[in-house]
Order: sequence, then structure tokens, then C-alpha cells
Amino acid sequence: MAEYSVFSLIGNALTGNRRWKPAWRAAAPKPTYDVIIVGGGGHGLATAYYLAKEHGIHNVAVLERGYVGGGNVGRNTTIVRSNYMLPGNAPFYEWSVKLWEGLSADLNYNVMFSQRGVLNLAHSPAQMDAYARRGNAMRLFGIDAELLDRAQVAKFVPSLDVSPDARFPVAGGLLQRRGGTARHDAVAWGYARGADRRGVDIVENCEVLGFLRDASGRIVGVETTRGEIRAGKVGVAVAGSTGEVMRRAGIERLPIESHVLQAFVSEPLKPVLDTVVTFGAGHLYVSQSDKGGLVFGGDIDGYNSYAQRGNLPVVEDVASLLLTMFPAYGRLKLLRSWGGIMDMSMDGSPIITTGPLPGLYLNAGWCYGGFKATPASGWCFAWTIANDRPHDLNAAYSLDRFHRGRVIDERGAGPVPWHH
Amino acid sequence: MHIVCPFCGERSVAEFSYEGDATVERPALDASTEDWCAAVYDRVNPRGPHAEYWQHSFGCRAWLRVERDTLTHRISGVRLAGRHAGTAGPAGQGA
Repeated sequence: MAEYSVFSLIGNALTGNRRWKPAWRAAAPKPTYDVIIVGGGGHGLATAYYLAKEHGIHNVAVLERGYVGGGNVGRNTTIVRSNYMLPGNAPFYEWSVKLWEGLSADLNYNVMFSQRGVLNLAHSPAQMDAYARRGNAMRLFGIDAELLDRAQVAKFVPSLDVSPDARFPVAGGLLQRRGGTARHDAVAWGYARGADRRGVDIVENCEVLGFLRDASGRIVGVETTRGEIRAGKVGVAVAGSTGEVMRRAGIERLPIESHVLQAFVSEPLKPVLDTVVTFGAGHLYVSQSDKGGLVFGGDIDGYNSYAQRGNLPVVEDVASLLLTMFPAYGRLKLLRSWGGIMDMSMDGSPIITTGPLPGLYLNAGWCYGGFKATPASGWCFAWTIANDRPHDLNAAYSLDRFHRGRVIDERGAGPVPWHH
Repeated sequence: MHIVCPFCGERSVAEFSYEGDATVERPALDASTEDWCAAVYDRVNPRGPHAEYWQHSFGCRAWLRVERDTLTHRISGVRLAGRHAGTAGPAGQGA
């Protein structure tokens, strides 16, 4: 398939845009592969892409139950950042931001990564102290962080209510200028096309029903709605469906619960907000998409759910927080809302590991931070599958850390998945 | 989502706090570390019927054991949790 470029754009425009080819083949599954990735979301596609690009493993299939871009990679608020504090997390997410910075050129696909900054608001001196600590920790990891006072926040986000009369007056904030947003669908499509161009078969409408084992108990393939497919290695990257898919491999319990997270888009506006802002006295994050809609979300609903839809109390909570920050948005109409199923881990941090069975590899537990991690998650998972051991960047993301007292609890919330 | 509290009747989910999987059994105090780790961290996480604790935090503050489907959000039963289970008031079973 041809490179996308300004010349291909002009050439196709002059011929009525009738010569564009599909970005990836509609592959039918072959009987055997070197590696099967279960789950054609962002992480699974990125894994296949990096397996082919970085490790020369091209005989790979990505099996997707629905269609590419139909799961959480199409159901998020598109925020990218690496403002983490703990050693297990910060280098991993920073590596992800670095991959984001070169991703459009790497994929030859415009993922519209826009480093418009991510600003966490603080509303009290104690919170400013906590952000100073977080910012210092980030800078020790080589991640950019700036502590802003109230006047600097007011200048950076002109439409924000920073008056002393606000319900929770703004004291300042922690800004990561290299954070921002990306076009979520383009990330899925770009990785799918990139993997396809390197020989990966992307098989849609193919649900994994069970796992094949040899006499020693090793996983040697999968049973799907499109027949048996064998493979030397099987990686699972299915986000909210992790529990259900792993149950088909005989794993009954994991340190994960599935919860529903809602997100919202307003009607489109002229440019009014050119950064990502998060509220500090509640939970809300908001940015403006390139189409003009305000994209925002808050807490998960807070109970186990696979329903891909939430309840009204969260809608009310999120809307009231948005108006607390930006009273001027009060007349806006809500255009769309949706729910995605989050694989909430017990410590709020992910799992990228070999096992838990021979021949099987697991990528899960992304809570609601999976989108920004897509490049590094795929990169590390591919490395782990290719080398049969974790890379230094994901060594802390083991499955047995919960039983060894090595949890990575960024929020300090304890083993309560709906509080992370 | 509405939950029928055995004492207060049908109320919005906004009045309740979620308190987690009710099928997890607390190990004995002298149980092994492995048993405790499993109880604290490992979950079945079913896609379908689920038994869970809710507290009526902004109501009577009773702890309830709720049978709810995680795929449809349909609630098939509510009863008082703990040692007074089954002795709830007139509102009885939830729908």
C-alpha cells in the first residue's frame, strides 16, 4: 500500500478520490501463526505493529470480536500525559509520550497528537504542596512539569473561573506542557494499517471461545467463531473483557474488576479551550476536540458493570463540576455520551506480563488510563512476547505483585478498584 | 438504577455507596498469607449475576446485599447484610 503524502493527496484529489485503497486487508485467519494477539483495540494493534517492526515477527494475527476501533480505543477522552510520581509508572508513561511525539511520522498516519498541555488544578495550599512534590518527582524522572500560581493559571486558561468567589477557588496548578490530546480513531486505524503493511493479519468479527493446549498444558492456540487457530504464543489485550477471556483459559480470578466509565461531548464551539484541564476538588477532565466539541469525563460509576452505559448521578456530577470550573459553558447542549468498560486493577496500575500460563501473555488492568499508554503498552508487550520476559519499563507491572506486597498505588487508595 | 432498600423503599442509586463483591469470604485470622492475598486482591468479576454489598449512606445507613446483573444492571434481590439478614422491614425484596 502506498505511503500517504501530500503528493498522494493531490493525486487522489485530481482523480476524484476514487483510487484510495482500504487501509488494511480484511484478512481471513490462517491455520497457524507465530503469535496471536487477542483483542484488536489500540493496545493489541500496537503490540502487533511493534512485534513486526521491532522484533521481525511478521507472522502475527490480531483477533477482534467486533471491529477495529469499536471498543475502548473509540470510547475515551483522548488525553495523553505522563504526570506520574511512582518509579514503576513514571518511566513507562514517559516512554509512551516519547513514542507519541514521533507516532504520526512512524506510522505514516496523522494521529493528530497535539501537545496543548495538561493542567491539574489545585484548590488549597496543601494541594499545591502535593503538586510541588509530584512535579519534583516527575522532573527527577526527566519529565517536564511546571507549578503555576493562580495568575499564571488565569493567563493559561482565560475562560476558567479563578475568582475568589468560586465554590473551590483556584490556588494554582501543575502543568505538563508536553501532554495533550490525540485523535483516538486515527490511533487505531494507524496502528492497524502499520501492522497490516508489515504482514500482520487483522481478523475482525472473530471471537475467541476457548484456548487450545498441548499435553504439557501449554497454550498452543485458540478456538474461535472462525475456527481453530494455532500459534506459538498467544497474547491477550482485551481491557474490560479480561476476566471473561481469561476464564476461557481456566483462570477464574484476577486482581481486576470491570467498571463502567462515562464520557461526554458537547455541541461544537469556536476555539475556546486550547489545553486539557482537570479539576482538583472533584474529578473532571475537559478538553476541546479539533471539531470543536468539549470532550469531558469524570469518575467511573463505581459498581461492577459490563453494560457500556452508565447512570444519571455521574452525568449530573460531571456536568456540575464542569460548570463550577467554566460557568460560561452553562448554555451548551450535550451532543453525545457513552460508556466504556474499564479493567480496574486493585492498585490502579496495569499488568504487562508473561503468563499466567505457559504460552500465554497478559496485558490488562489499564483502569481508565489506557489510551495514553497505547504506544508504550504495545511496545512493551511486544518486547515481552518476543523475549519471554518483561522489559525494564514493564518489569514492575507483574501479575504476582499483588501477592508479594509490590503494588503500585499512585493514588494511595488501597485494594478498592472503584476508588482508583 | 434504583435500589429497593428494605427499610426506606425504592431510592435512587445516588443515595447508596458501593461496597464491593459480597462473595469474598474473609479468611480466618490465622489463615496463610496466600489466602489473605487472594481474599484482598483476587476477584471473579463475572459478566452477569453478581452478589455485592451496597450501603444506604444517604438514607438509613444499612448495609445491603444486592443481587445485580453486571451486564443489564437489573437487580433481582436486596436483603439486609450481616447478622440481621432476613429480618428486614416491610419493603422486603427489591426488583
